[in-house]
Amino acid sequence: MDLRFSDAQPTAAERAAVDAVLGTPQSGWEGGERVAARDGRIAVAGQAARARRPLLLPALHALQASTGWISEGGLMYVCRRLSVPPAEAWGVATFYGLLSTAPRPRRVLHVCDDIACRTRGALDIIAALERECGPEQHAPTEDAVVPGEAGWLTSPCLGLCDQAPAALLTVAGSNPIERLVGGMTPAEAVAAVEAGTLPDRPRPGLPQQGDRSLRLLRRVGTIDPTSIDDYRRAGGFAALERAIEMGPDAVIREVTDSRLLGRGGAAFPTGRKWEAVARQPARPRYVICNADESEPGTFKDRVLLEGDPFAIIEAMTIAGFAVGAERGYIYIRGEYPLAFERIANAIERAREHGWLGDNVAGSGFRFDIELRKGAGAYICGEETALINSIEGYRGEPRNKPPFPVESGLFRKPTVINNVETLANIPHIILEGAAAFASVGTPESTGTRLFCVSGAVQRPGVYEVPLGTTLGSLIDLAGGPSGRSIQAVLLGGAAGSFVRGDERDIPLSFEGARAAGVTLGSGVVMVFDESADLRDTLLRIARFFRDESCGQCVPCRVGTVRQEEALHRLVRNGGRDVARELALLADIGAAMKDASICGLGQTAYSAIESAVHRLGIFRETDG
Amino acid sequence: MFGAGGGTVSYREMEETDVILLWGGNPRENHPIIFHHILKAVNRGAKLYAIDPRRTPSAQWADLWLGLNVGTDIALAHAMARVIIHEGLVNERFIANATTGYEAYRASVEEWTLGRAERVTGVPAAAIREVAIAYATAPRAIICWTLGITEHHNAVDNVLALINLALLTGHVGRYGSGLAPLRGQNNVQGGGDMGALPNRLVGFQDPLDPAVKARFEAAWGVKLPDHLGWNVTQMFHAMERGELVGLYVIGENPAQSEADQNRTERLLAGLELLVVQDIFLTRTARLADIVLPTTATWCEGEGTVTNSERRVQRVRAALPPPGNARDELWIITQIARRMGLDWPDPDPETVWNEVRAMAPHMFGGMSYRRLEELGGIQWPCPDESHPGSLFLHGRLHEEPRGGPPAPFSVVAYEPPVELPDDEYPFQLTTGRRLDSYNTGIQTAGYSSPLRRREGIDISPEDAERLGVEEGSLVRVSSRRGSVVAAVHVDPNLRPGLVFMTFHDQDGLRTNALTIDATDPKSGTAEFKACAVRIEPCDADAPAGELVAAHGSAVQ
Repeated sequence: MDLRFSDAQPTAAERAAVDAVLGTPQSGWEGGERVAARDGRIAVAGQAARARRPLLLPALHALQASTGWISEGGLMYVCRRLSVPPAEAWGVATFYGLLSTAPRPRRVLHVCDDIACRTRGALDIIAALERECGPEQHAPTEDAVVPGEAGWLTSPCLGLCDQAPAALLTVAGSNPIERLVGGMTPAEAVAAVEAGTLPDRPRPGLPQQGDRSLRLLRRVGTIDPTSIDDYRRAGGFAALERAIEMGPDAVIREVTDSRLLGRGGAAFPTGRKWEAVARQPARPRYVICNADESEPGTFKDRVLLEGDPFAIIEAMTIAGFAVGAERGYIYIRGEYPLAFERIANAIERAREHGWLGDNVAGSGFRFDIELRKGAGAYICGEETALINSIEGYRGEPRNKPPFPVESGLFRKPTVINNVETLANIPHIILEGAAAFASVGTPESTGTRLFCVSGAVQRPGVYEVPLGTTLGSLIDLAGGPSGRSIQAVLLGGAAGSFVRGDERDIPLSFEGARAAGVTLGSGVVMVFDESADLRDTLLRIARFFRDESCGQCVPCRVGTVRQEEALHRLVRNGGRDVARELALLADIGAAMKDASICGLGQTAYSAIESAVHRLGIFRETDG
Repeated sequence: MFGAGGGTVSYREMEETDVILLWGGNPRENHPIIFHHILKAVNRGAKLYAIDPRRTPSAQWADLWLGLNVGTDIALAHAMARVIIHEGLVNERFIANATTGYEAYRASVEEWTLGRAERVTGVPAAAIREVAIAYATAPRAIICWTLGITEHHNAVDNVLALINLALLTGHVGRYGSGLAPLRGQNNVQGGGDMGALPNRLVGFQDPLDPAVKARFEAAWGVKLPDHLGWNVTQMFHAMERGELVGLYVIGENPAQSEADQNRTERLLAGLELLVVQDIFLTRTARLADIVLPTTATWCEGEGTVTNSERRVQRVRAALPPPGNARDELWIITQIARRMGLDWPDPDPETVWNEVRAMAPHMFGGMSYRRLEELGGIQWPCPDESHPGSLFLHGRLHEEPRGGPPAPFSVVAYEPPVELPDDEYPFQLTTGRRLDSYNTGIQTAGYSSPLRRREGIDISPEDAERLGVEEGSLVRVSSRRGSVVAAVHVDPNLRPGLVFMTFHDQDGLRTNALTIDATDPKSGTAEFKACAVRIEPCDADAPAGELVAAHGSAVQ
């Protein structure tokens, strides 16, 4: 691993974009002007330069946003600035879907073709784009011509499933534009590529708007999410003030007693996590909010980030206070520009009003938050992959143990909580653990956000007490939009299908477990009779194959073999079904047993349930 | 040092130290195995300081690189010492307990103010101060050096100046603190250990010490000379005087590796008898009257080697030697027999046991069985119950001190013998690259994606001033010779400093330029510093010379 730079130079625009993130270079060695009298005598690099490695991803984002791709000259410049070997930075830049190391047009429409959108018109959009705008803008081959001004790409789930089909427009330049819009029509998509125009379509209101029993969603849609005064008037920061009065131990005790389980998918007791970090002797400690919501079909965290951003800031600050951390990071997926903007604004306002900084709420407690943007990698939702991504490395999961509570960000004790998990914290502090736990079931306390999408009358995020049955949730969403329900996908691509008649499954952690499924990230995606579930399975298999980080063999190879077997099953009609299913089960078991992280471990889950619970290949089983 | 020529620290200590001064060495390229150990320290958070005229690939890993003028190491070390003394950072307890000569040393460095050091070394005063304080205040610190320190006319003084810093701060003889001369080959250390030096017997014993001499004479049954032998440089001087007329060269290629190559070749060619024992037909071997093909010890021979952490390890033959190649022990024994000596058939273990018997203070406990069981043992290991020594000179920290004290040495800064002037305005320094090894005998036959044609590296500013660019041919001349070389523009050089390797002595005779100014104490020549002139070579240069630039030397 050496600093072997090529001679490629950055353009003035690239240099400016990087300098905006990293500041002005201090020497010729850093990519600034060479002054022989100085640079021939000393060079400062080493640990100080490498300590800035976490700025690698922000710097790459800056290049991508300024020109639409990361040129060799731009990459070399970033590497000189940060003393990062170009081979390593290349490894990072090529890891993320939203970054391109090959020329890309400045204007790109990323069209979601994932499981929700493809049942709601995404394939028509793609057909129109192919017809009107030419083929998808894949990475050009060596002999390809320089790309034009605009192009389009398909994208995995953009987290707008309730407003499917969705698209994300990115326009690079000195004032880069990023916009995520739902309800796209083929004509709108073509116009977006050709003219850079997008319909001005505000987010729809919550289906449960006005329901007084809402807790997590109480303020969403009712206050101005950019106004700290609105937030304060709606009860904001009262929990932080209360927490500071209580002291860290009491806060942790309250959270532990509430029996709050993590809402990101793994359902780990939040109080235990906090306590484990607070008990560590090592300092500093960190708090991370995992806002890399990328599970296909999931959009609840986006609704919270966009609609009640200050609540997340407040909850993180309480977490930092409780565990003795002075710094927090929010890592928001790159496909959520509005959420990013709202949170960035919330952090600024909170600093201005003394809710963040050297003296939080006048208590002497010091806490601040850095905001980080993902760049299109599902795996970064895995907590240790996310940590590596913040640190400026490829977002590859680490082996566990050690767990982040012991050795997390920068190898220090780290609390990492999902957005929705954190959103529960102010309620627990204000109303007390007992009141919190009185909602839901004894094992699954509190309410839960469910992302209801697909063939229902009123898709959207719903907040219901844990333990609510699947049937009543679907009824709350207006019931099926089609004739009947063929299947429901619970928990997303990493979750499981259930049959339309399994309405009685209680949506609690233990209820789901008893039914052999998982709540995962709260996905409830409904498929009616018209849905082509085989196509959905192929998309899920492609998703995992694309998103496998490639670090461990069972997942890297298994996700490819799984997709191949599914293609054969679909293509070959009734032939060899038993053999292919046995092969799928074998691959699935290997991935589950031997992958180092949840991606590989769950990559067969939805397919397995489709085979066994829905019997999807049964009719052709000769 | 302090009697025995070996690094005081182990690789493990390098990995766990807090500050490393990399002084006059480029281990990333030239000692890549050691550098892996250094990198472990860096990745753990250790600070690395590189002191080298060039910003080498090793220096690129450093927290701070100090680009000093070639040959001004003593000035820099003295200035650091003065900072340490004036900042009150000396280890007084260690100095009182373990050293002698501090007062004289302190007085000798007093003139090295930061301002003066900056003028002499070219390194900004603040940087010198930073390194001095980092070294002195580190809980653990190691100084590593290689040929940038030792290939000078005052090599020994350079080393002593570094040792002084360790004594001043107590950074020697403790776990993680010490002095580490990095060895460039797998058994440089072992060669010295075995007494392959004109002034040492096995185990660094002094052949002029009457007690030592008597013991070896008794054991060997011969009378030993009462004077020291010649080192390589002295041998060439003796050839020049006509006193040395026969030479037996084992595993060396002086025709290409010695400074002032034109002279070296002339002297070798003028010998009455030249015998070369090697595994390749080197340029020296081609000049020889007799060539004795021998085995590659690492894979075709039995014995031991010693690495840079003083670890003696067994070597075993994995392959039979090709053709008529013969084991070195066998060859030497045959020669002895032809000389009328009744030597028995050689056996590596018997030879090794003789080494143990003659130098028990270092190797006494290293039976073949134990070397095998323990995966090598670090000397000294005096008896079979001794585990070997992780680091040396721990006795200096014992109170009361074990053994004799370590002396501070008063050494004076002297610039390189040949400095740039109006006639020869560039400072040439030489070195090696990652993918070539010394004179290329073992590496030139293999391709490497990193290797480019050897030429002369010059700074971008000098390239512009000379009106040359990457690949341009220039004539490089010193007072001793002249070669034509292709330019490589290297931003890791400052104006006035140029760099060449001696890897491609067939194509580019760098050592035709270098000077044989030699350190009288070590016998090492000043490969690192001579003055050259560079002139663009344009199309009207004699065609033969241009061809020669690609294929062989000119003049």
